[in-house]
Amino acid sequence: MKVGLFIPCYIDQFYPQVGIATLQLLQKLGCEVGFPQGQTCCGQPMANSGYEHLTHQCNSLFIKNFADYDYIVGPSGSCVLHIKDHLHDPAAEPKAEKIRQRIYELTEFLTDVLKVTSLPARFPCKVGLHQSCHGQRGLGLAQMSELVAAPFSKPEQLLRMVEGVELVPLDRADECCGFGGTFCVAEEAVSVKMGKDRVADHVKHGAEVITGTDVSCLMHMEGILRRQHAGVKVMHIAEILNQYTDEQANS
Amino acid sequence: MNRQTADHATLADKFNEDEPRVNWHDQTLWWVRAKRDRMAWTIPEWEQLRDTASSIKLNALGNLHDYLLQFEQQAQQNGAIVHWAADAAEHNRIVTDILQKHGVKRMVKSKSMLTEECHLNPHLEANGIEVIDTDLGERIVQLAKEPPSHIVLPCIHKKKEEIGELFHEHLGTPAGNADPQFLTAAARLHLRKEFLQADAAITGVNFAVAETGEMVVCTNEGNADMGAHLAKVHIACMGIEKIIPQRKHLGVFLRLLARSATGQPITTYSSHFRKPREGQELHIVLVDNGRSRQLGREDFRNSLKCIRCGACMNTCPVYRRSGGHSYHNAVAGPIGAILAPNLDMKDYADLPFASTLCGSCSNVCPVKIDIHQQLYKWRQVLVKEGYTSTAKTAGMKVMTGVLSAPGVYKTAGKMGRWVMRAFPGMVNNRMNPWYKQREMPAPPAQSFSEWYKKNKKST
Repeated sequence: MKVGLFIPCYIDQFYPQVGIATLQLLQKLGCEVGFPQGQTCCGQPMANSGYEHLTHQCNSLFIKNFADYDYIVGPSGSCVLHIKDHLHDPAAEPKAEKIRQRIYELTEFLTDVLKVTSLPARFPCKVGLHQSCHGQRGLGLAQMSELVAAPFSKPEQLLRMVEGVELVPLDRADECCGFGGTFCVAEEAVSVKMGKDRVADHVKHGAEVITGTDVSCLMHMEGILRRQHAGVKVMHIAEILNQYTDEQANS
Repeated sequence: MNRQTADHATLADKFNEDEPRVNWHDQTLWWVRAKRDRMAWTIPEWEQLRDTASSIKLNALGNLHDYLLQFEQQAQQNGAIVHWAADAAEHNRIVTDILQKHGVKRMVKSKSMLTEECHLNPHLEANGIEVIDTDLGERIVQLAKEPPSHIVLPCIHKKKEEIGELFHEHLGTPAGNADPQFLTAAARLHLRKEFLQADAAITGVNFAVAETGEMVVCTNEGNADMGAHLAKVHIACMGIEKIIPQRKHLGVFLRLLARSATGQPITTYSSHFRKPREGQELHIVLVDNGRSRQLGREDFRNSLKCIRCGACMNTCPVYRRSGGHSYHNAVAGPIGAILAPNLDMKDYADLPFASTLCGSCSNVCPVKIDIHQQLYKWRQVLVKEGYTSTAKTAGMKVMTGVLSAPGVYKTAGKMGRWVMRAFPGMVNNRMNPWYKQREMPAPPAQSFSEWYKKNKKST
């Protein structure tokens, strides 16, 4: 199985450790992973700002980079959702369609395609799980609190396989953190207030680490936590799932 | 309501100057959302009910012309006088004409977001007719000379102490008394007098049944009934999208409406108005005001399914932290943000951007309007129609240029990170809205792709 690793632009530039953890985790689980060097951005920042018509070059680039893979996997629910919903190219529509159907956010790839049932990882820590909206409500990574339906959560399912992880409960299990792309600067006051409230929920319940499937939300919450000198860390879920056990660390 | 020049972000910024008040506003509305959740969970077939309601509305909108004519015919047979208004101005003119014909100087009005949309109150006042809003929340904002901040909970932005002060000033209650029960009793006495004196009553309409020509008005206070039963003229104002085909469909909508709105199983009063009583005139004003234009917009048509429950406002994390007035439109929140640009793209170009597109609104919507997807689509329309700033467009073009060329992107990224490390003041300054209340991410020496090149064989 050839997996194309999709590392969104801001992860590439600011959170390389998330890309490394994702790559190592996929390899650990037996995937043959390629990283196309020509990739840049999915086009979401422009599209969500109303400029979807400017994204055709990003789309062509994405298709060029990823058309040959069996699966495309990225550690970002938001960027994956954007591709799934909006990747089109009149000159290469069959390829675009194939990519839309074959692109996965990392945790759903693990639970649904690789059907992972155990992970050789240990992380003794109190962890708060932030359910990023685009992953949760857009990709359906977890049940949503608004719906009258049976609960499930793909990220939580994976975190429960990690030895030592203690998930903390939250007052508002799936409220948005307020990042929202350009919203985070265009609507600075509300964005920050939403982020402060989200962070406070995790801190109140004793989280030592806040994790999630989207680095964008985590970046926003990290910025607030660091300004508050809160001492709570953020880590992408790939970094936790890729933690070594003591045995592996000693060998 | 006066048109405001400030946009949502500016008004929200102002709202956030008082953080304890934002917390209070957020928690009050979250409490309503939680009540709605508990009530929804008492109905195992809740999601099926939403599907059914959505389908009935789809049918109603798809056959609106026929249902409206059927409704008109039935209503006329029932003895009502039916009027058609193409826009807000015509609606206001029709209502004023009816009132002037009867020499009405003072009248009562139960809650009607349509009359807010049409700015009826200022129009009537300009014509020498005094309007008393009889919904308690609406009366409170009317005394405060403010527009409602929420379609179901018009004065949700006001604290009981502020209401106590207003009542002291206008109704003569003792200064400093903010006991809700006492204040409600005072309002009751005050409104009773108004009901008895009113020459005419305006009500809104929640559902108009094509099959029978009847209208259903839902209130918790019985104020629509008090007004309509006492006055010699009853004027019911409704948007043309309020039509439902058959009476039995009320069984779906009445189960959804109050549960979604306030977490009640049903509103205290679900009053059916069918015929004028002996000696009374019943007028029904059917208003388009942009609705048929919205019906013609395929991407936005479904917004007309809205039954005005307000659930999308209560769940919206942005609405809860920016307040209803920040939307500067009669209907605030996510649903307001997809309805308003249809009325005026220029005035409301900011509203579809006042969202993180989290999608919670679409999930609570009892008629399953794809609200957050419509917000996304409105953004595309507004940009294409030229309602965004040239600076933003220029910025987006630069960004697109960088992200469309891998070489440029890599160089720009490397340079950007270097600048951030060498001259943090270049980004960590007052000009950067991110930095105002957040730290910037720490720029690493190496990007992932640089790491990959060094550590892995390139593919």
